[in-house]
Amino acid sequence: MTDSAITTKGLKKSYGKTEVLKGVDLDVRRGEIFALLGSNGAGKTTTIKILVTLSRPDCGTALVGGFDVLKSPGDVRRSISLTGQFTAVDEMLTGRENLHMIARLRHLDNPAGVAEGLLERFGLTGAAAHRAGTYSGGMKRRLDLAMSLVGMPSVIFLDEPTAGLDPEARLEVWEMVRELAKGGTTVFLTTQYLDEAEKLANRIAILHDGRIIADATLSELKKLLPPAKVEYVEKQPTLEEIFLHMTGKEAARKEAR
Amino acid sequence: MEATYFSSDMGVMIGRSMRHIFRSIDTIIKVALMPILYMLLFVYVFGGAIQSGAGNYLNYLLPGILLMAIASGVAYTGYRLFLDVQRGIFERFHSMPIAHSAVLWGHVLTSLLSTGISLIVIVLVALVMGFRSSAGVLPWLAVIGILALFTLALTWIAAIAGLSARSIDGVSAFSYPLIFLPLISSAFVPTKTMPPVVRVFAENQPVTSIVNALRALLTNQPVGNDIWIALAWCVGIIAVALFFAMRAYRRRVLGR
Repeated sequence: MTDSAITTKGLKKSYGKTEVLKGVDLDVRRGEIFALLGSNGAGKTTTIKILVTLSRPDCGTALVGGFDVLKSPGDVRRSISLTGQFTAVDEMLTGRENLHMIARLRHLDNPAGVAEGLLERFGLTGAAAHRAGTYSGGMKRRLDLAMSLVGMPSVIFLDEPTAGLDPEARLEVWEMVRELAKGGTTVFLTTQYLDEAEKLANRIAILHDGRIIADATLSELKKLLPPAKVEYVEKQPTLEEIFLHMTGKEAARKEAR
Repeated sequence: MEATYFSSDMGVMIGRSMRHIFRSIDTIIKVALMPILYMLLFVYVFGGAIQSGAGNYLNYLLPGILLMAIASGVAYTGYRLFLDVQRGIFERFHSMPIAHSAVLWGHVLTSLLSTGISLIVIVLVALVMGFRSSAGVLPWLAVIGILALFTLALTWIAAIAGLSARSIDGVSAFSYPLIFLPLISSAFVPTKTMPPVVRVFAENQPVTSIVNALRALLTNQPVGNDIWIALAWCVGIIAVALFFAMRAYRRRVLGR
């Protein structure tokens, strides 16, 4: 049990007559980047909402950080943080005030120090005194992630972290997620982008129609398909590569590989 | 466990939304300046033509102006709630180890606090313009109590709008009529002068009894039944609006 960060058994959830989750079993180990892959409406957000105690399952159990989401939601909340689908930053407050507010709400001893540390780590020191409303999409997302790291939660939930971001900001987010996992944090992310799951995750589960239809590492998943054939294909640059080349993000491009 | 942090979490929440208020010029203009402009307009432009039957028209007018200020102030509370729901800020707060009730009540107390500030400003301007009250401490306390209850009542109505609307337009469409209620009441002119249908509406809507009670208290007149009708309206609205606001809250924020 001790090396599981998240365990669920038979999670079910319906909204009215629509059965969104039809029995979801998951097991996420500590320190891994786990991707929940699925198309729109597959139930990804519903699963996250249950795991972060925003929503209650109709039946089934879920343990996060070793605590039951129904029996001890307070302990679960102390061990996690959520970065939702929309960048939940307060646009009327400055970057620094946003971090300071979260640090105070997490009842930390030195909220100002924590805020400064995160501003520096996320390259936001220069913009710290500006209102978050004036930030670019990528900067807002960075602030959003920084806010999720206040208090160093052991499990971080990212609900479609790169939806709506431009390619550069997307690479930035990936880089930060890898950094987090290196530090031992468990990352649970949802995505509908296959390449995102492929590049980031140690393990991938596919949620389809309210059920987990696959749960494995990338190489295991690849074995599920017929063996690879060797074919000669002329390699054309992708539009993303052209874009990054022309905007001078050569280094970032190599990183993405 | 969560209860131990209630007051500190509440402090953070109120500090946050008070910053919102002081950082948006339009909020300040609409909530404090608009009622003052109305007051100037009614006293110095229309006032001469209005037969209120009171010697000092400003004394007659002030309670209605205060209620208008409350109505435009709570409209912004609805707006701020809507943005918090829309942008996922409520979700972020609710997934954190904080006192959950502080999130919603922070908005409600901010509404009371900011309305209180703008009402004080308006009363000070009215004093400069010649408003005088012969009321003692107790009637003034009663006035403050009624104003606070009315603010709370309208705040919870605005909360229903903020928590259930799907667009910004929806929020303002819901809270806009609140600003007009004082116009069709005894707030600016005596209801006696209105045609029958309008008069029946005006005399039986909450603003009239509240205005009459406030006016009587401020001029040291007997308040009669008006104060009880006013209190009944406020408490009734709070009870009904609180029920629907909490239902919208559970549905929208907690997804139940």
